[in-house]
Amino acid sequence: MTSGSLRGRAAVVGVAESDLGEVAEGLTPLDLCGQAAARALADAGLRKSEVDGLFTASSYYALAAMDTAEYLGIRPRHIDGTNIGGSSFVSHLLHAAAAVEEGLCSVALIVYGSTQRSDGGRLVSPSKPDPYEGPYRPRYPVSMYALAAARHIHQYGTTREQLADVAVAARQWARLNPAAFEREPLTREEVLGSRMISDPLTVRDCCLVTDGGGALVVVSAERARELERNGGPKPAYLLGAGEATWHRNISRMPDLTVTAARDSGRRAFEMAGLRPSDVDVVELYDAFTINPVLFLEDLGFCAKGEGGSFVADGAIAPGGRLPVNTNGGGLSYCHPGMYGVFTVIEAVRQLRGTCGERQVADAEVALAHGNGGTLSSQVTAILGTGETL
Amino acid sequence: MNDRVSDVASAAPGPVYRAGLAVGELRYQRCGGCAAAVHPPRVLCPECGSQELDWRRSAGLGEVYSTTAVRGRSGVHNVALIDLDEGFRMMSRVEGTEPDEVRIGDRVGFLTADQDGEPIAVFQRTETKGGPTA
Ligand SMILES: [Zn+2]
Repeated sequence: MTSGSLRGRAAVVGVAESDLGEVAEGLTPLDLCGQAAARALADAGLRKSEVDGLFTASSYYALAAMDTAEYLGIRPRHIDGTNIGGSSFVSHLLHAAAAVEEGLCSVALIVYGSTQRSDGGRLVSPSKPDPYEGPYRPRYPVSMYALAAARHIHQYGTTREQLADVAVAARQWARLNPAAFEREPLTREEVLGSRMISDPLTVRDCCLVTDGGGALVVVSAERARELERNGGPKPAYLLGAGEATWHRNISRMPDLTVTAARDSGRRAFEMAGLRPSDVDVVELYDAFTINPVLFLEDLGFCAKGEGGSFVADGAIAPGGRLPVNTNGGGLSYCHPGMYGVFTVIEAVRQLRGTCGERQVADAEVALAHGNGGTLSSQVTAILGTGETL
Repeated sequence: MNDRVSDVASAAPGPVYRAGLAVGELRYQRCGGCAAAVHPPRVLCPECGSQELDWRRSAGLGEVYSTTAVRGRSGVHNVALIDLDEGFRMMSRVEGTEPDEVRIGDRVGFLTADQDGEPIAVFQRTETKGGPTA
């Protein structure tokens, strides 16, 4: 172990979703935070009164960490409201591990809730248009990802069919997940033939708009083993994590075919002492079909420019060469606006071996990757079972 | 070519840029420290951190770096990223061409258009990727 490394020092011991999809009328984002928090603490076998660290981000509340602490009735001695879009909660996982390691808190709760489907089905975003982009009326955020997709197609010969196969693979996984929002069969032709939103992305290249929330409970590795001995869940140890941000607005992204996941992934793999070939299951933030293509390249699962052929023809679907987005992803399972927390929830469940029909056999190492803004913030976390320590 | 903007009246970068558009000029900043072309305007160079930023007048010629046609209830419009020859990139749109027929690599030239009562920078094709337009 590298000196100063967080490898294996903390573990996720509780995970849960709130109600998902289209929730009961009148439920608020904070209500969904409450559901997810209560369920994740029950999953961990911990009491709410033991939570002394709170990590959250929201599109609804500018001072979300305080709103959430008040609602949940906790008085955290460590609080982190870092909001870097959908990657926030993967970032919170790294921050929580560091805080636990430093003794700033002992039981860290990471929580998220959103009712954007009930609120009218449009992305709820607290961010204002950039004054140098706003006048041109890009549709935020899909047009930004469309620009990246167009450039990848131009530069590497990636095809719309290959992008469509990302959506098809997600749907095939979703059909194995009872909690997924969209479970009807989906074909490549249906993706290609659906309504164009921002060329070259159709509505089926875009994530769902659902309600939903999620929560994670993080404790020290010692505490995790103690919980397990007392009948608690199998811990998912954080083996490595890394963050990277290169820009905010798409017009300032240096190269639309290369994301900061190149840095976040390298940092995470270095801390974990692992390589992409060691990863058994991959959970990527798939807001749009171009995302997994970019992230698989930048995280080192394939060479730059080869992401299109890497994801095509069922290669990331059930039975393919690499299981990617085994819950059905933001494309078919759930996307309440900031999806990151769900990548970690699914990674932990795969390591526990509790995923039923969609379980990846003998999953020991899982990668969860969050994306925020317009390919702006990238955060990678690598988790493992006790055998990987 | 004298592309230096000498009559800079404001100490604030944003107004200098907008004043340029009002007189039909596309202005950008050139770093005295590292020679980077800087856009959007600011008070320090994002490359080297120098505060020595001079205002220049762009020749307004560049190339489409990426492009999309945004389709909504009110119709279709183009959104593009333009790489100007001086070395800076900006979001804009290409006019005078069907929104979905703009191609990466197309050569484009700057002009201003009115958007909600304010002048903004837009572009028109000077030649397509295959060669000069007829
Ligand atoms: Zn400079």
